[in-house]
Parts: sequence; structure tokens; C-alpha cells
Amino acid sequence: MTAARRIAIAIWLAAMAGCVLIVARTQFTADLSAFLPKTPTREQQVLVDQLRDGAVSRLILIGIDQGDAASRTRVSRALAARLRQDSQFALIANGEPVGLARERDILLTHRYLLSPAVTPERFSEAGLRAAIGDTLDLLASSAGLLAKALVPRDPTGELTVLLMRELGGASRTATENGVWVSRDRQRALLLAHTRATGADTDAQARALAAVRDACAAAEHEVAMAQPTRLLLSGPGVFAVEARSTIEREVKRLAALGIVLIASTLLIVYRSLAGLLLGLLPVACGALAAIAAVSLGHGIVHGVTLGFGTTLIGEAVDYSIYLFVQSERNRDDAWLTDFWPTIRLGVLTSVCGFAALLFSGFPGLAQLGLYSIAGLITAATITRFVLPALLPASLRIRDLTPLGQRLVQLISRARRWRAIVPLLVAIAVVVLFVKHDKLWNRELGALSPVSLAAQDLDARLRADLGAPDTRTMIVVMAPTEEAALQGAERVSAKLQPLVDQGVIAGFETPSRYLPSETTQLARRASLPPPQELRVSLERATAGLPLRADKLEPFIDDVEAARSGALLTRDDLAGSSFALAIDSMLVKRTDGWSVLMPLQSPDSGPSAFVIDADAVRKAIDGTNASFVDLKVESDKLYGGYLRDAIWQSVAGLAAILVLLALALRSPARLLRVTLPLAAAVLVVVAGLALAGLKLIIIHLVGILLIVAVGSNYALFFDRSARGERSGPPPRMLASLLLANFTTLIGFGLLGFSSVPVLNAIGTTVGPGAVLALVFSALLAAPGQAERA
Amino acid sequence: MIPKVRRSADLRAVIAGFVALLLTALPAGAAGEWDLAQLMELLSHNKSSEARFVERKYIALLDQPVESSGELSYVAPDRLEKRTLRPKPESMVLEGGMLTLERGGRKRSLPLADYPEVGAFVESIRGTLAGDREALQRAYGLALEGDAAQWTLTLTPSEPRMAQIVQKIRIGGSHGEVSSIEILQADGDRSLMSIQKAGRPDKAPAS
Repeated sequence: MTAARRIAIAIWLAAMAGCVLIVARTQFTADLSAFLPKTPTREQQVLVDQLRDGAVSRLILIGIDQGDAASRTRVSRALAARLRQDSQFALIANGEPVGLARERDILLTHRYLLSPAVTPERFSEAGLRAAIGDTLDLLASSAGLLAKALVPRDPTGELTVLLMRELGGASRTATENGVWVSRDRQRALLLAHTRATGADTDAQARALAAVRDACAAAEHEVAMAQPTRLLLSGPGVFAVEARSTIEREVKRLAALGIVLIASTLLIVYRSLAGLLLGLLPVACGALAAIAAVSLGHGIVHGVTLGFGTTLIGEAVDYSIYLFVQSERNRDDAWLTDFWPTIRLGVLTSVCGFAALLFSGFPGLAQLGLYSIAGLITAATITRFVLPALLPASLRIRDLTPLGQRLVQLISRARRWRAIVPLLVAIAVVVLFVKHDKLWNRELGALSPVSLAAQDLDARLRADLGAPDTRTMIVVMAPTEEAALQGAERVSAKLQPLVDQGVIAGFETPSRYLPSETTQLARRASLPPPQELRVSLERATAGLPLRADKLEPFIDDVEAARSGALLTRDDLAGSSFALAIDSMLVKRTDGWSVLMPLQSPDSGPSAFVIDADAVRKAIDGTNASFVDLKVESDKLYGGYLRDAIWQSVAGLAAILVLLALALRSPARLLRVTLPLAAAVLVVVAGLALAGLKLIIIHLVGILLIVAVGSNYALFFDRSARGERSGPPPRMLASLLLANFTTLIGFGLLGFSSVPVLNAIGTTVGPGAVLALVFSALLAAPGQAERA
Repeated sequence: MIPKVRRSADLRAVIAGFVALLLTALPAGAAGEWDLAQLMELLSHNKSSEARFVERKYIALLDQPVESSGELSYVAPDRLEKRTLRPKPESMVLEGGMLTLERGGRKRSLPLADYPEVGAFVESIRGTLAGDREALQRAYGLALEGDAAQWTLTLTPSEPRMAQIVQKIRIGGSHGEVSSIEILQADGDRSLMSIQKAGRPDKAPAS
């Protein structure tokens, strides 16, 4: 072994040890962060916050169906009772009016700070008289018994004002036997808010397990004749399911891919040492790729890892070329004959993937980095380390006979080469016809969540009265106080829209926690005891309610007047705190207020928010209107547009690189034509199959070019050689490499994860077509021409 | 998504009083031997009817009673509506296990099943209207006084939680027609509702 090789091995070992260290410390995630922008706009930031830890992300929608109605009701009650004991959940709602004593207590205690009706006028003689008159009317009404007990403390009906406001946005959920049910009454419904954010997939998984356990226990407790069925949905459910689906499929497909590729190589090589050495660049490539992504992004997404399986299919090619092409014990000759071609192929691939590095879509940027690091490492190890490790005794089957049959096959098949332009022509026509329906522009297209699961989610949401908080007003402010003041200003502008029926309602944190300014103003409206006593005396003159019965009222007003202001801490443990936490969010650079809007459920704009009317109403404030669905589709549309241009830039870079390396327009054409033809035919095939392209198909196209460029360059090289036609061993190596690529990527085509499926269905057929087209379109060898 | 705060404390009393109105089911009936069974039989024949009411609440806190008035309508088997016109318009509808209150432009629905003791009460009233006296007797002790021309049926809640709020309900009537409902609360307050069947303006509401 030469000194140079020893150094190469030492560097390799050290580098791999470093990679192992990095990978061991790497954080893997399956949350949505791969799909979220690195540098979001203000609107996108709202989307990101909502998806990561917004109230919506903490929601678990629970349905109980099958069984009979009575059983479903009892299971709903028993399940809710169990989950309310579980500290993982901040709130369990199933329509039962339980656990709300605390809320009522807060409203009663702090009514003079919370009620918008508290003004100096209300505590004047005339104001008091009017308010007490209303209370007397209330006493006369059917609800009189409700109000009676509180009249001595609250003769102006402040609590009624607050309770009515709470009831303003009453739930639209249907109820049967006291629990929420779907509109067709075939399902009982519950809502659970987890304490953990939706981005904390582990915690979400634990919460879901807790729901399943509690439901099993509840079913057991109820002991009904017909079993009921538990249905779960929501962002947390999706995240957990997506992660387990990706993990399961990645493991299964990677294992199957490795077994199939290894068996193929073992059958072909007839050497275990050859097989193991052949897989070495793949393993090292994957390791280095994960380490590179970890260093570059700080966190590795599950989908990126899944993508790693595809690298098996491509990186194994390099060792195949080395083993099959090199003459026995003459790998030096391979280094001079074949390595430059492979090197050019690697550079071509790197050019293509480098474009993805600039993507604002972190998932895509990770894939780009992963591919570049993986391919360079695999090729470098094949070039510098593998030859040093090959034992002299290594006997790999000579594939020359296979290659010779391939030579004959190709020379016969070349008569049919006209089929290539024909296919391309058909592909162009197909793409032209379908060009406006080619792309799926919805972010959901990337989601590994099945259509059935998405459908269930939509149905549960509709039945629960659509708490999807799709549209909201966002107010940003440097301090909490300023944020609440902003929310109050916007509330004043939104109220007319509610009155006009443009929106059904809106939520604001200032409802539960008014700004200090507002609280101080309300407190200042409250008169001191003596003054109030005099006003009351006059106000109640001639009324059946005498002022001397209202001492508790005077005490309460004085307590509020001299007491502390309401703070966030006072709300702790109530659903108001939950509401505040979801609507008043601390950020690194200040505070943001999210005010969800509720669309009307009847009238001309039913279920639709008139964005223009809302924007007009809040004009002049620093608030903005955000539609999360529009934002997410805009976001994905932006990714897609960028990715298309980045891919075009990558392809252009490849053309430039090849033009510089090949220094001949004719050769450039011969190398690129088969690749372009393969890409066109594959994309047209996908379109014909009715599939819409997602962003990941672009990665697949780059991979076709990356894999296929090796084939095309080998044919180009052999066409310049002195021999008659392509050398048999080279053909054999290409066939074997192509076969392993087909296995590696083809398997992904069977994945139910859209991202992996897209790669598989693009690269599998694309690699085969690239090889066939390269063979058919290659210039005949010198001897053949002669 | 934020749960709506509800007051439940005295609500069951409201519902109890309201549901008692189901008994105001106003048919004209034949006189004869007068006993509870016959009264039940008469009441169970009600299909639908309209009436006007005046309700006075005697509340200790107030120096004088407060008065409200409006219309009642009943459709067999279980729809009862109370429309108050004065002093403030409001409506209260009991239908299919759901109590819907509408006041000041706001509507609010309460499932009776959220108040199990009241739910049982409602079911018993319905049982009564269907001629099932046993159902009524499960929720109340019943006592009938007077004769067919002038009777008083007194209901005493047997359910302890209900008894804490409602001491007794006194229903007065003549033949198959209910003319008054008096609810005595456990705290001494009471309400008296006088009922006059619609289309009979000659008979002024009693008080």
C-alpha cells in the first residue's frame, strides 16, 4: 500500500468518525418545519406560529361512532371525565357544562374591570336607574329566578352583560342528551386541547395514547352491547401519524432495497467481500450526508432521512463501475480510463442539486445538501479509498460475456432509434395539452396524511362548528400592554361588522384581559361608597327595589375601586387563560395578538369572510388581516415557483459544465439529448397517468439527470474510443447500475408518502429510459462507422 | 372553542316552573266522578291550544311584585312556548329535550339532559300528558283538592335536589282547563301565573 493510500484511508476514517459524532448528536424531527419558510413574511409568521404552537395546533378532534346513541353518550361522558383528570390536557369539551364555576367566579369578581358597560354615566343617578330598571324587568322575566340571588351584589346586571357576551358566540355544535353530536346524530364529538404544542410530536403521541387508553377504559366502564369506535383527528394526530408512516415506510423500503440490491450484487459478483466493499461508499455517503444536513440546518427532517434510501440506488453505481469496469488487478487503469467520466457525472449531479440549496423551502434545501454531500462522499471514497481496500485476492465475476450480448442487443436495437424522437414528440404534445393542469399548487399535496384521514378531519370540523380559525386579525406590538390596546382598537372597528352581519363574531384577548388603560378608565368610573349610596338612594326612588338592600353592591364596587388591576395570573387555571395564551403570544421581538374571525353561518356571505370589508374596517390601525389557507397556498406556490426556476438554473449549470468539459457542441447534444428525452417522456407519462406534479417531482427530474448523465457520458466516452462500439464490461456495469437504481427508486414508487412516492415514480422509469435512450442515441463507435 | 359560561344554579328552578306549564294543556272535559285519574285522562287529551298569561313574582328583595304577561302555546306531545310581551319581549320554547331562550336578540339553547333532575321531571310530565300517572308520581307527591268545577292539584317534588329549590307547585283549574300555576320556592319567594284560554276574552285573567 502506498503512502498516499494510507493517508487517504486515515483521512477517511477520521472523517467518518467525525460524521458519526455529529449524527449521534443530531436532532431528528417529523414536524412541519421542513415545509415552513426560513425567512417568513409577517403573514407567513402567523401561519408558522399557528402551525407550530397556535391553539389550532393543540386541538384533538375526537369522534365516537358505531354502537347505539345511548352508549355513545355514556362513552363521551366517561371519556371526558377521565381526560379531565389528565394533566396533559388543558381543556376537554364535549358539550357538558362542567368545570366552569371558575370562569363564572372570575367574571363575577372582576366584573367592573371586565365589563365594557362600566362608564361614569352608568354610575350616575340616571345610569343606575336605567340599569336597575333593566334588572327589575329581568326579574319579571322567565329568567328572573336566575338573576334573583345576585341582585343585591349586582343590581346593574354587570355579570349578565358579561355572560351574554360569552353567549354571543355560542357553539354551533348540535347536542343530544347533553353531549355534542354530529349533525346526522351518528357520532358523539369531543374536543381536547393539549398543553403541549402541536410541534411537540412526542408529547402529541403521548396525549393520543392517553385518549385511546381513556376511551378503552370508558368503553369498559360503560359496558355496552355494541362496541363504539374511536375516531381521532387534528394537527397532532396528523403529525404523529405522518411521523410513524414515514418511519415505517422508510425502514421497510430501505430494508427491502438493501436486501434486493445486496442480493443482486451478490449474485452478480459472487463475492461477499466485493458486496460489502461495494456498499461501503453508500453507507459512508449516507452518513456524511446526514452529518452535512445536521451541520447546515441544525435539525434533520424525517423526509430527508427517507430520501437517504434513494441514495443507495445511485451511490452504489460508483463501486459497480469500479468493480465491473476495471480489468482484474488493474484499477490504476480504471482510474485513468473511467474516473474522469464518473467525476464529470458527479459534478453534473452536484450542479443540479446545488440549485436546491438556495431554496427558501427548508425541506428542499435539505434534500439538495443531502444529495451533494452523499454523492461527493460516495464518489470520493470509491476513487481514493476503495481501491486501497480491495484485496488482491478479490475475485469478482467477469461480466464480459453479458456485456457482449448487450453489445449485440444494442446494435440491433439501434435500428429502432427513431422511436426516441417519436416518444419525445408524443410527450411534448401531452405536456402541451396538459400544461395548465400539470402542477398541484396546494401545500396539502405534500402531506403524508391520507385522503381518508383528511376527509374525516373535515367532517369532524364541520360538525364541531368549524373551529378552524382560518381567518384572523393580527396585531403586533412591542409590549403586552400595547398589544392589548391594539386589540381593543381593532375590536371597536370590528364590532360594526358583527352588527352588519359581515362576520358572525371575533375573539380578542382584551375580552378576558383588558389593557391597563381600559381597566384604569373603568375603575375611575366607579364612585366612592358615600357618593354611590347617595346616587342609589335617588335612583331607586319609586322603584320596588330599595337602596338599603344594595349594601353588598356598594361593597363590591368599593372592592373593585380600591383593588388591584386584573392580570394574567388572575385567570390561571381557567379556560380564559387558555384563550389568552392562544391569542396573546410573546415573540422574540415583542407581542402579537391573534384575533380569530368567525364567518356567518347564514345570509349572503355564509361561511365566507369578506376579506375586503374586514381590511377596510381595520384600515388605519396597524393590524393586518390574515387568511391562513391563502397564506399556506401562497407559501407553497412560492416554493414551487422558486423550485422550478432553481431547477431550470441547475439544468443550465449542467449544460454549461458539460459544454466546458466536452468542448464540442455535437457531443454536448449527444449527452444531453437522451437525458432531456427521458425527462420529457417521464413527466408526460405522469401527466397521462393523471398525477399532478408536486415540488418533489422536480427533485426527481434532477435525479434523472444526475443518474442518467453517467450513462450518457460513458456512451460518449466509448464512442470516442478506438474500439468497435461500447466496451462490453462498461455496458454490463451500466446495466447493473441501472438495475440497482431501478430497485432503489422503484421501491419508493410503492410508498404511500407523497414525497417518497413522487421520487420513486419519477426516477425509477426515468433512469431506465435515460439508459435506453443513451444507448440508442449514442454515436456509433469508430470501428462501426468504418 | 372557548366554552360558554352557563349558570346552572337556579336554572333548574326556572325549567321546573316552566315545564309545569305543560300541564296547562287546556281541554274542555266532561264532568263526572272527580279524581286524579280523571284529571290525568282529561289532561292527556290535549293536542294543541293557545292562551294568554299574566305572571306575578313575589320576591322578598322587592317591595312589590313584578309582573309580566304574554302568550302561551302548546302542541302535543312536547312543544310548549311561552312568549312574554311585557315588560320585555322574550320567548322560551321547550321542544325535544331542548330549552331555547330568546331575549334581547340573543338565543340560547339548553339541553335538559344537562340537568338530570329536571330531565327526569320533564319526562314525568310528558308521561302525564300521555296518560301515565305513574311517571308523574315518580317525581312528585300529588294531592288533588276540590271538585271538577274548581280543583287544585299540588305537586311536591320528591327529588331532593329539586326540593331544595321548589317547595311545591299548585295548579288550579276547572274541569280540564288550567287557570293558574303557583310555584312556591324553598326560599319563600313565589310566582303566580294566571292563565286565560285564547278566544275567550269575556273571562278576565284572575290574579
